[in-house]
Amino acid sequence: MPRMSRTSGVGYGRLWVVIQVEHVTKSYGAFTAVDDVSFTARQGRVTGFLGPNGAGKSTTMRVMVGLTPATRGAVTIGGLPYADIPNPGRHVGVLLDASAQHAGRTGREILALGAVTMGLPDSRVDQMLELVGLTPKEAKRRVRHYSLGMRQRLGIAHALLGDPSVLILDEPVNGLDPAGIHWMRGMLGNFAARGGTVLLSSHLLHEVEMIADDMILIGKGRIVAQGAKADLLQTTGTLVRAVEEQALHEALTGAGLTVTAADHSGLRVDAEPVDVGAVAAQKGITLVELRAGEGAGLEALFLQLTSDTQREGVVA
Amino acid sequence: MSSSTGAATPDARGSGAALDVSATPRIPFTRLTVVEMRKMADTRAGKWLLITIVVITALAVGLLLVFAPASSQTFESFLGVTATPQGFLLPVLGVLLVTSEWGQRAALTTFTLVPHRGRIVGAKIAAAVLLGLAAIAVALIIAALGTLVGGAADRWGDYGWADTGNFALLQTMGILQGLAFGALFLNSAAAIVTYFVLPIAFNIVTSIVDQLRDIQPWVDLGTSQTPLFDGGGVTGEEWAHLATGTVLWIVLPMVVGSWRMMHSEVK
Repeated sequence: MPRMSRTSGVGYGRLWVVIQVEHVTKSYGAFTAVDDVSFTARQGRVTGFLGPNGAGKSTTMRVMVGLTPATRGAVTIGGLPYADIPNPGRHVGVLLDASAQHAGRTGREILALGAVTMGLPDSRVDQMLELVGLTPKEAKRRVRHYSLGMRQRLGIAHALLGDPSVLILDEPVNGLDPAGIHWMRGMLGNFAARGGTVLLSSHLLHEVEMIADDMILIGKGRIVAQGAKADLLQTTGTLVRAVEEQALHEALTGAGLTVTAADHSGLRVDAEPVDVGAVAAQKGITLVELRAGEGAGLEALFLQLTSDTQREGVVA
Repeated sequence: MSSSTGAATPDARGSGAALDVSATPRIPFTRLTVVEMRKMADTRAGKWLLITIVVITALAVGLLLVFAPASSQTFESFLGVTATPQGFLLPVLGVLLVTSEWGQRAALTTFTLVPHRGRIVGAKIAAAVLLGLAAIAVALIIAALGTLVGGAADRWGDYGWADTGNFALLQTMGILQGLAFGALFLNSAAAIVTYFVLPIAFNIVTSIVDQLRDIQPWVDLGTSQTPLFDGGGVTGEEWAHLATGTVLWIVLPMVVGSWRMMHSEVK
């Protein structure tokens, strides 16, 4: 992964901030699409940018690459505003909308135009087509006849054309089949392992969970959580289901444990599973399920975000 | 939630990895122009428009060759018959230079690769001029071939370089006006319809309203362009008419349209 140098700081092995979003706000009249958003994406990591549809992910990404001017705030990539990067495609690979291509061009022609613009040899086009698994025959077809998955692959190929060290991808997994998601995960993981920086957005928690190392959650234009995936998904209490659920609830409370939630999926208890199990055994309660509530906090938060902005048929 | 905003991003500031852009030159303008010209030819609509321009130019010359009396088969009349179809088609080419990628949202990709949109506007203007000159070259060559085959005694007449220059200017103005209207409307249909309808309506209004008739040559580009092809040469005042008409119908829309292209969000 070429063309990166460290400017300051010592600490060998630390993770270097490449994308820095600082207090970005974007308003359209009275509507604030992005509200004082700050986050970073670091070198060698895949950073997932997660939020429901309409939360401000795309607007933030458009601001990052200068397509939309921010009302306030600034973004730097490798220390530079995007517009100050000469021939930016050689440094930052961008996929904002796989369908934003002239439908009358062939897939190959779209890549060829990008290659000519960036000053790359034509052979690079074939390399990228092969990398993303578009056959020469498919590449000769007009994009109007492409499935969404093929458009996503073409978009990824376009983003990778200039051999960039940073990738900014808006919903790249959208439209991919499970094999495609698996491929994307491997490809982005490799890219990051070679020292690249990846920021990708998604409205699906499980997608990001599978691919990302770090996560940023956005809802209604504001960042609600960010951090390493491992931290965000850390154990948060215990999930338990019992035949005699009401009795269990009372027993747990009686034992001084806090039941934080009770619904059709069982009880969420602010305690270790072993303690919950002990209470149940003592009272002779039949447990159906007992497990550490992994990621429950994040999932609950995400579901809350989603239900706040729920639209018909959008299920996270 | 234990990990709230900013919790797990230890190096929020001060230890960034910088992009080393020292070995990356800016994209040269010539390359942007080449790409814009290629974009005109690599879609079905664009390719057929270019082919149509060549075919219709040849067809017009061929018809004159077959049907016109030999005495009137001069270079000037051959070139003259190419002017009308090209005068219709070149502005459409200019419109499509902007609107085809805007309508398909391919401008998103273009402006991501070249964030300085003014350079893209410049490249499109350069591409329009070059494509216009190419069409004019085709017209000159086909008209010359027709003249060689045709039978007029004084076939070349006194048609000179000044006339050729005026003809080239006329057609280049057409394609640039199309480009300006394309940028102004950012929509093929609106731009093409307005390009053809508005000047006609304007011409009718300025012809029938007495108070406007005196200023018509100053503000009606169609009127002020007539001396460019009527064979009588262009006087000083007529150049002034052309200048004001050009400002009104080409420069002004181009300025407003460029502003729109540079500031509109590509959705």
